[in-house]
Amino acid sequence: MAKINSLEELRKIRDQAKESMVARSGNAKVKIFASMGTVGIAGGAREALKAMIDELEKRDFHEVDIIESGSMGLDREEPVISVERDGYLTTYGRVTPDMARQIIAQHVINGQIVSEWVIARNKK
Amino acid sequence: MKIYRIHALICAGGQCITAGGDSFEEALKRAITEKGLEDEIQVVETGCMGACEKGPMMVAYPEGILYVHLKPEDANEIVEEHFLKGRPVQRLMWKEADGNFPTLDQVPFFAHQTKVVLRNCGLIDSENIEEFIAREGYSALAKALSSLKPEEIVDEIKKSGLRGRGGAGFPTGLKWEFAAKEVSDQKYVVTNADEGDPGAYMDRSIIEGDPHTIIEGMAIAGYAIGASKGYIYCRAEYPIAIKRLDLALKNARKFGLLGKNILGSDFNFDIEVRMGAGAFVCGEETALLRSIEGKRGEPTNKPPYPSQKGLFGHPTVINNVETFANIPFIIAEGYEKFRRIGTETNPGTKVFSLAGKVITTGLIEVPLGISLRKIIYDIGGGIPNGKKFKGALMGGPSGGVVPASKLDTPIDFESLQEIDSMMGSGGMIIMDEDSCMVDIAKYFLKFTVDESCGKCTPCREGTRQMLEILERISSGKGKETDLEDLLSLAKTIQQTSLCGLGQSAPNPVISTIRWFRDEYEAHIKDKTCTAGVCSMKKPTLEVKKNAKKIAH
Repeated sequence: MAKINSLEELRKIRDQAKESMVARSGNAKVKIFASMGTVGIAGGAREALKAMIDELEKRDFHEVDIIESGSMGLDREEPVISVERDGYLTTYGRVTPDMARQIIAQHVINGQIVSEWVIARNKK
Repeated sequence: MKIYRIHALICAGGQCITAGGDSFEEALKRAITEKGLEDEIQVVETGCMGACEKGPMMVAYPEGILYVHLKPEDANEIVEEHFLKGRPVQRLMWKEADGNFPTLDQVPFFAHQTKVVLRNCGLIDSENIEEFIAREGYSALAKALSSLKPEEIVDEIKKSGLRGRGGAGFPTGLKWEFAAKEVSDQKYVVTNADEGDPGAYMDRSIIEGDPHTIIEGMAIAGYAIGASKGYIYCRAEYPIAIKRLDLALKNARKFGLLGKNILGSDFNFDIEVRMGAGAFVCGEETALLRSIEGKRGEPTNKPPYPSQKGLFGHPTVINNVETFANIPFIIAEGYEKFRRIGTETNPGTKVFSLAGKVITTGLIEVPLGISLRKIIYDIGGGIPNGKKFKGALMGGPSGGVVPASKLDTPIDFESLQEIDSMMGSGGMIIMDEDSCMVDIAKYFLKFTVDESCGKCTPCREGTRQMLEILERISSGKGKETDLEDLLSLAKTIQQTSLCGLGQSAPNPVISTIRWFRDEYEAHIKDKTCTAGVCSMKKPTLEVKKNAKKIAH
């Protein structure tokens, strides 16, 4: 680690470190809820979740809380993943790892809902 | 950059480690690896979270779920159920009396606190300088070096009204001004981390949980008074604190936040740690400075004050750990914001270690001016087992007992003095009806008798005489004149002792006689100890014994 020589350099380190601590702040921009019931896990929820994290890392997007939840009862649609952004909770069904990556790129980061996979949408 | 979906913050404060927190952490890490989740879950060791009675504890983010009383065998269940399947393990979660499971910000114990000094404790990895920087760490130092003149810093601290948190409450800004005005080729900044009061662990927790904040505060002081060298005098009984401090100093040097040309400026400052060998008197500033010099830790006369002739005969600013922890906040946020907390003459917060007969014991930070009632009942949750509150001992062996009738006294330096107690460094021991006040006074006096350095007669001989009288009273051999003798000895010791240790040693006796005189008199006249602590016969037992005799 090179020495910090100015206020600007200190701020740069601060901003980087801050990003890695967003999960502890309680004010991430986006929340992702991943249903992790037995059916969900059997249907590939873990794989979808891992793909999401990987995509977030690739795109260096940190403003997100990833929260696992129990089953919503929608076994038919598992793996189910919901995204809370801009005041709406959008739920996607039968999410494969590839779909998960697209949801991250299109919806989580850029705010464009991937409408063809949406199974429910509610105002928060 | 790596993303972890769960941040598991484990309290690694001294209390939680002693309660088995480190073996829980090991088990948790093992379970995480077994489930292949090490890429998704970050385990972080933080400083003291505060609710020590509930330890070992852990907070799991992003939800902020609180786990308490953790054992190594709980680790598998938490990983399998919560971390893997998203089902928090309710039987291990913090549960309120109403049956709810609050998150961190909803628990009354935390919700009624105001955190300035402990702003990072329990939130960051205390061994990771970058996490400190993420929470605006070193930005106050950067601001000072890039845009403030030394005298502007002294002025800012003066305006903030910050008073020394070591116990006496001397205005910090004034102290700095005295040292800044001295002309000398060498000046020093010293942190007093020789925390010795029984039951007090505020300073230890600050260092363990947020060591960089002390370094930053000291560096700002160094810039303000023109010192290039600092010492932290920490007691050797604090090995974790010293380890984290050493690491923090090393990292600060690596990042160019200590050493030569700090942050690219022409300011040079470095810090060394000195360990105390367990003498209580070395918490007294002049004795502490002698000890750093390698001499016997004995106090010297004031004046000259350390700000004029301190360490190695040079002008020295010596402040307590908690005082320095306030400095970065004041410089970064401005004195107005600091003054908005607390009262007009006592701005800011105070950290207390809440111990004794209270439901949730632990480390708390409250705005000055708060009442003891709020601390005990709103934060601490009241007295356990339906017992009655009897008194709170504040200020350790130099302090006094606050009785039930004074529960609403605002906690500030002056109000506590008026009722023969004192702020002290922050030890707060709550006592219920089962405590005997003569016994408490005896306990603390015995402590000062043991710890008196022996240099001056009033402290060395006087406290011993007082202790003998107390021992006589508590063994049922008290004399009618004992109370007057105690008070007269106390006055002499207060007025003639050389240093703060002796001057304040009689305080526990004076305050207990003032508020619990009838209890002393019961010991002396009736030879009874109503609380049943002292080894003399209790009135009820005596009656029963007699009754038995009659039956024979």
